[in-house]
Amino acid sequence: MSEKKIIDARGSFCPGPLMELIAGIKMVEIGDEIEVLSTDKGSAAEIPQWLKKVGHEHLGSREEAGVWHVNLKRSK
Amino acid sequence: MKILVIGGGMGGTILANNVARTLKDELKSGKVQITMLSASDKHMYQPGLLYVAVGRMTPDELYRDQASLLEPGIQFHVDPVEQFMLDANQVKTKSGKVHGYDIMVIATGSRMFPDSIPGLKENAEFFYTEETAVKLFHRLREFQGGKIVIAMGVPHKCPMAPLEITFMLNEYFMERGIRDKVQIHYTYPIGRVHTLENVAKWAQPEMDRVGITYETLFNLKSVDGEKRVLHSEEGTEISYDMLISIPAHKGMEVIETNKLGQNGWIPTDRYNLNMEGRSNVFVLGDTTNIPISKAGSTAHFEAETVGANIAALVRFGAPVRKYDGKVFCFIQTGSESATYAMFNYIKPPDPKAPTRAIHWFKLAYNKLYWISARGLL
Repeated sequence: MSEKKIIDARGSFCPGPLMELIAGIKMVEIGDEIEVLSTDKGSAAEIPQWLKKVGHEHLGSREEAGVWHVNLKRSK
Repeated sequence: MKILVIGGGMGGTILANNVARTLKDELKSGKVQITMLSASDKHMYQPGLLYVAVGRMTPDELYRDQASLLEPGIQFHVDPVEQFMLDANQVKTKSGKVHGYDIMVIATGSRMFPDSIPGLKENAEFFYTEETAVKLFHRLREFQGGKIVIAMGVPHKCPMAPLEITFMLNEYFMERGIRDKVQIHYTYPIGRVHTLENVAKWAQPEMDRVGITYETLFNLKSVDGEKRVLHSEEGTEISYDMLISIPAHKGMEVIETNKLGQNGWIPTDRYNLNMEGRSNVFVLGDTTNIPISKAGSTAHFEAETVGANIAALVRFGAPVRKYDGKVFCFIQTGSESATYAMFNYIKPPDPKAPTRAIHWFKLAYNKLYWISARGLL
């Protein structure tokens, strides 16, 4: 497993954090972890829903000073 | 002071022109030199390809000689860079020539990359190059009825393109009188019809109104050309008679081969637009890894910021502006209507209802672009 990849999608309305993740997840290996940073509250709910639908693992989310940190693992 | 601009697209052209005009005295005296290296002697108005696909523009309208767009004093060479030697402040071109620089701007753009989805390149139509847009134009003319599916890869250039081609197809087939024989089926990777929530709120009921069907949370995994079926990452399938794709994009190969950034996207400071770790290298437009739209307007506004900062660096030794993430995108919503979305890192877009006036302004911009590229608009 390589170092955790950070996708810094703060301030991204378009394409937005989930679209950044969809692009970014293809750039890591299966088993690698990713942390998505987002200032968009909707993404905190949207990303885990997408992970569940596609079959990647949601490792947890937290909010710090207006930034949501969504952690996940590429599972397939 | 040697300023080297890599790439003759919208960002590089506006930047070079702005710097040349601001530093005209320094350029004239020889204190400053501006050199542009590009892969082509032509400049293409890329948004026009969408119009070519539906027969609203012809390919010859999309091009100008690159040299004709540049301010006098800018040295322009059709000789693309093959090697970046950042520690030596030099690049080496295809012809073998070495150019040194004090400040370099990389604006090499992006390219469509359908290869990442098995079966996509062979079975889909595209409109991101002249060749593919003309091919799509002919395919559409021959199409007499059936199911057209719009599917996309991520990331793609021009986030409005999926909606624009969809709504333009609706009116295209209405005008041909066969709309009742054509199912237009739109797909999108996330859980609504566009990533911008306000755009999605407008677009979804509009699709319902005009009879465009749609499926969200559909990420293209593979295309079975024999059975004419799309498979998604989410495990669903869609059949099609014609597949039109807005494919995933990558940065240019030269960026990857020189290991400047994964997938050809260079890590870039979102405010100063410096290449990370390089204070004398700036990055513009699609080439950055900044999480904003890969669109001409992004390159335009970034070029204005970097141009002002380069001029200030030459004159005062310090930059004067920060890029605020500004993007402005027209949204063509049919053959006679359009709206727009404007936003930055802080302020979300709030697109208004489409009007004919915005449509006419967009058509005017298709011509005004050439003034914009000169850095005058």
